[in-house]
Formats: sequence, structure tokens, C-alpha cells
Amino acid sequence: MIQLKNVNKVYEDGFHALKNINLTFEEGKLNVLIGPSGCGKTTTMKLLNRLIDYTDGELTIDGKLISDINPIELRRQMGYVIQSIGLFPHMTIYDNVATVPKLLKWDKQKISQKVEELLKMVDLDPDTYRERYPHELSGGQQQRIGVIRALAAEPKIILMDEPFSALDPISREQLQDELVRLQKEINKTIIFVTHDMDEAIKIADQIILMRDGEVVQKGSPHELLTNPINQFVEDFIGEDRLRQARGLPPMTAFVDEDYPSVKVTESLDAAINVMVEKKKDQMPIVDADDKYLGILSLYDAVKNRDSEIKNLVDETVIAYRESAEVEKFVASKETIAPIVREDMSFIGVLDQDQLLEVLHEQVDQKSGVMS
Amino acid sequence: MMEFITELLQYMSDNSAELIALTVEHIVMVLQAMGLALLVGVPLGILAAKVERLAPVILSLVNILQLIPSLAMLAILLIYFGLGNETVVIGLFFYSLLPIVRNTYVGIKEVDPGVSEAGIGIGMTPFQLLAKVQFPLSIPFLMAGLRVAFVIAVAVATIAPYIGGGGLGKEIVGGINGQNDIRLIAGAVPAALLALMADFILGIVEKTTKRRFRSVS
Ligand SMILES: Nc1ncnc2c1ncn2[C@@H]1O[C@H](COP(=O)(O)OP(=O)(O)O)[C@@H](O)[C@H]1O
Ligand SMILES: [Mg+2]
Repeated sequence: MIQLKNVNKVYEDGFHALKNINLTFEEGKLNVLIGPSGCGKTTTMKLLNRLIDYTDGELTIDGKLISDINPIELRRQMGYVIQSIGLFPHMTIYDNVATVPKLLKWDKQKISQKVEELLKMVDLDPDTYRERYPHELSGGQQQRIGVIRALAAEPKIILMDEPFSALDPISREQLQDELVRLQKEINKTIIFVTHDMDEAIKIADQIILMRDGEVVQKGSPHELLTNPINQFVEDFIGEDRLRQARGLPPMTAFVDEDYPSVKVTESLDAAINVMVEKKKDQMPIVDADDKYLGILSLYDAVKNRDSEIKNLVDETVIAYRESAEVEKFVASKETIAPIVREDMSFIGVLDQDQLLEVLHEQVDQKSGVMS
Repeated sequence: MMEFITELLQYMSDNSAELIALTVEHIVMVLQAMGLALLVGVPLGILAAKVERLAPVILSLVNILQLIPSLAMLAILLIYFGLGNETVVIGLFFYSLLPIVRNTYVGIKEVDPGVSEAGIGIGMTPFQLLAKVQFPLSIPFLMAGLRVAFVIAVAVATIAPYIGGGGLGKEIVGGINGQNDIRLIAGAVPAALLALMADFILGIVEKTTKRRFRSVS
């Protein structure tokens, strides 16, 4: 577990890059640092492998003060992947991946096995790629090598600074998927910097949103999406993603308040007249206090003209509270959704045409994203 | 003209043993100077690249050395080291320093910062970074510097006889002094060929290392 307590970073030129950062990176979790350019993501990350030293506060790894750990040893126990990939161009893929194990003086056999295993893990055939040079690989393949180079010495912690942002969208998506899969398999603590919210939502266990050297909000993707704490977070997440995350609006958005209803005390003929006039085959029935009782169907009413409303009301058709989620109705097999207030007083009926329209819109949006 | 060429060839074949010996002597002087220049110049170049404060000092120093006219340089060296091939070698060494120091410096400075950052980030010590990454990546630049130094040295070495040295200069200077064009040319042609050959061969070496060490996409 990595913990930052009241960490500040002031650069030599006096720039206050990090202000009272308090963060915990849990073991085995994928943590994403996100925020606009210049907000201090890279600075925060580089504190963790001592490429940058903090000015004050406390930074511990498994309870041990980071300043007490030798930086060279620290880095060898931490994977490091950067946007520019930084493969050694004069070394073969094998030598690139084997760099840290060699620095750690593992024996040849063990290194060779490890490299082979890692190449297979990212779907690169060892026999084909081992002896190639970085420039003989595509950008996506190169960054796969960048990632497995970071994994080679089996570090518990992996730092990744915008590792996929220079790649084409297809490679990026693939590598994101692979990372999520890898994370499940090998269960490392990953600190991942990005400025891409879609990427963050897709891969993160914890998202840490920063601005101007401060942490604005941290939490699971779901928490940020459903409960952004201020306008900045909302803006950064973006209207579209928020709407999608919220899903469908609540019932109240679709109430048709003009939908007719009839009091149970009225005559059946009166009820039939209203239904015919308004062209409805089902109608909510309310009591004297306007509380919802059930549904009268035109079919039943016409068939039992001599009866009274109260005998024909179908009480099994339940009403929805106005705050209920529309999903509930969509998931049910009901054909009509009466909507009531908390005290069961009748408001109206769910407007299914309107609901259908919104559903269509969402389907279009989703397929639009995918194409 | 034809007559001149036949005479020249006649002279060269008559004196082939002597000419070959001089050529070998010439090459040996140049190689010794190159060896020294690499031995001193590469560390100086690395030092300049690593300690930014020292860079201007080192670079202007080797620059000044290069600016001293060759005869003047050899005359000064003569005062300290006396007559002989050693003095020539030291002079050639001074001339070769600039391209080697400068190119080593540039080569190391030119290493992609992302590559260096990756090296540091995965836990290389500064020395390991230099030895395993930065120096190998600077080799194509160094080769280009070596090529320039070599060609300069082959040319400058022809004035060796003025300070008691040997090599192909002996024929050239002897030819000038004795107003013997044949002798002069018999020394100049191998010297020129030597320079061209060195340029050609080191050019290939440079290209090969470039492919091998700088093959970034
Ligand atoms: N060495 C430095 N000296 C002074 N300011 C720096 C230095 N490195 C970064 N900064 C500044 O600190 C801020 C945060 O930088 P960084 O952590 O790289 O941001 P990002 O979130 O884009 O990764 C930026 O405003 C940047 O200009
Ligand atoms: Mg950054």
C-alpha cells in the first residue's frame, strides 16, 4: 500500500506543483490519476519512484518512508512505462525485456523463461520477436514490449504515465483490454496516468481527479459518474458520459398528466364514455381522495355493462412512485404504468411514446460510439 | 602528359619498397594519433555531456587546438618534444580531438530523452545508463567524428618531415625541395588515396553503426 500524507512539491523555480496531496493506493488495485494537462499527475507519479523528491509531507510504501529506500533498488522493484515508450533502440526485444532481470543478476535460464512467458502473455510469438529490434515493430507492439519490460522483474507496483495516448485508437483499445485482463491475472498495484476519461472509466478501480496540484475527487468510476462533487468534475467527465451513467431519467420525466382517470364511485357507463372519447383501452381508477386503486379495462367494462366499476378494477396492476426508475417498468411486462405520489395519490400515466423515443436515442448513441 | 605518367609509374615501381614503407609509416602515425584521440577525446566528450558546466570549457579548448595552423602547431610541439614521429603523432592527436570530442558530446546529447528516462526509471545507475544505453547510442556520431579526424590526420601528416618525421610527406617534401615533380606526385597520390579510402571505409562503418544503433522508427 502506498500512502501520501499532506504531500507538497515545490519546484526549484518556486512553482507549487502539488498542494497537500492525501492519497492511498491500495494493493492490487488499478489507480488512475487524471486531470487537465499540467495539473501534477506526472509529478505525483514520479514521487513514487523518486525521480522527483517531494518538498514536505510523508510518502510511505508498506509503511516504510520512501526516502529511506535506495532509489535504484526502489525503481528495480517498480515497473515504469512511459508515453514515449523508450525502448532501447540498439537492443533486441529480448534484451529490452530482460533489462531489469539482468540488472538484478538473475540467472540466464530464469531470464529466458520469463521473457518467453511475457511475450506470450501479450500475444507476441517469442520465436518471431525475440531477436527483432524495436523499430521492426508497430507502435502498439512496441508499447506491449514497454509494458512487459516493466513486468519482467515481477514488481509489485507498476507506474504508467500516459502509456497508450500516443497509440492509434485500435491499439489503444486493445492494450487497455489487455491491461485490464493482465491486472486480473497478476494482481499488481498499478498507478496509471491519463487525461482520457473514457480510458479511466474503462480500466480504473479508483480514479483520482486532479486540478492545479490538488486532488478534487477520488473514488470508483461509478462514484464519480453518479456523484460528481462539483461543476469541475461534471465538466471534466462530460455531459454525455454523465447522462449515460445516470441511465434513463426517473418516471416523472415521462408522466402524461392528461391521461384520464375515473373515480370508483362513478357509473360504469361514464367510465366507458371517457375511454371511448379519449381512445383509451385502459384507465386508472381512483378513490374519493384521488388515491390509485387499480385499472379498468375497456374490454371488461363493455362485457360487464351491468356491473359497477369497483367490481371490475384490476388491482394487480401496480402503480409506480414518481421517483421510481423507469427501468423497472421497461423490465416488467406491464402494458400501462400508473404513477402516484408517495401518498398514493394519482398523478398520471407513463407516456410510452416519449419513453420509446428516449430509448431509441440511447441505442443510437451507443452504436454511434462503437462504429 | 603520357610521358609524365609513364615516368611516374616507372619511378613508383622502381621505388615500390620504399613507397610502401613510407605508406605504412604514414598509416601507423595516423592510427597512433587516432588511438590517442579516442582514448582522450571520448571521455572528454562524455564529461562535457554529463557535466553541463564543463561543456563550454572543454569544447572551446578543443576548438582552439583545431584553429592553430598546422605548421605553427608542429613548430610549438617541436620545442617541447623535439624532432621525430612522436611529435607528429601528438600534433595529429590534437587535431583529431575536436571532431571526436564534439561528436561524442553531440551523440550523447542526442539520445532520445524518453530512452534515457526509461533507463533511469527502471533502475539503471548513472554509469549503467551511460555504458548500456547512452554511449552505444552515440557511436554513430562518434564514427562520423572519427571519419573526419582520420581524413584530416592523413593530410596533416604529410608535413611531418618538417619536424623530423617520416611517412609519405618525405616524398612530397623531398619532391618540393628538389623541384622533382615525379617524386612529389609519387608521395601525394598514395596520400590522397589513403584519405579517400579512409573516408570510404569509415563512411561504411558509420552507416552500419547508424543502422545498428540508431534504428528508431
Ligand atoms: N522541473 C520543473 N520545474 C518547474 N515546474 C515544473 C517542472 N516539472 C513540471 N513543472 C510544472 O508542474 C506542473 C505539473 O506538471 P506535471 O506533473 O508534469 O503535469 P501533468 O499533470 O500534465 O503530468 C506543470 O505546471 C509543470 O509546468
Ligand atoms: Mg504528464
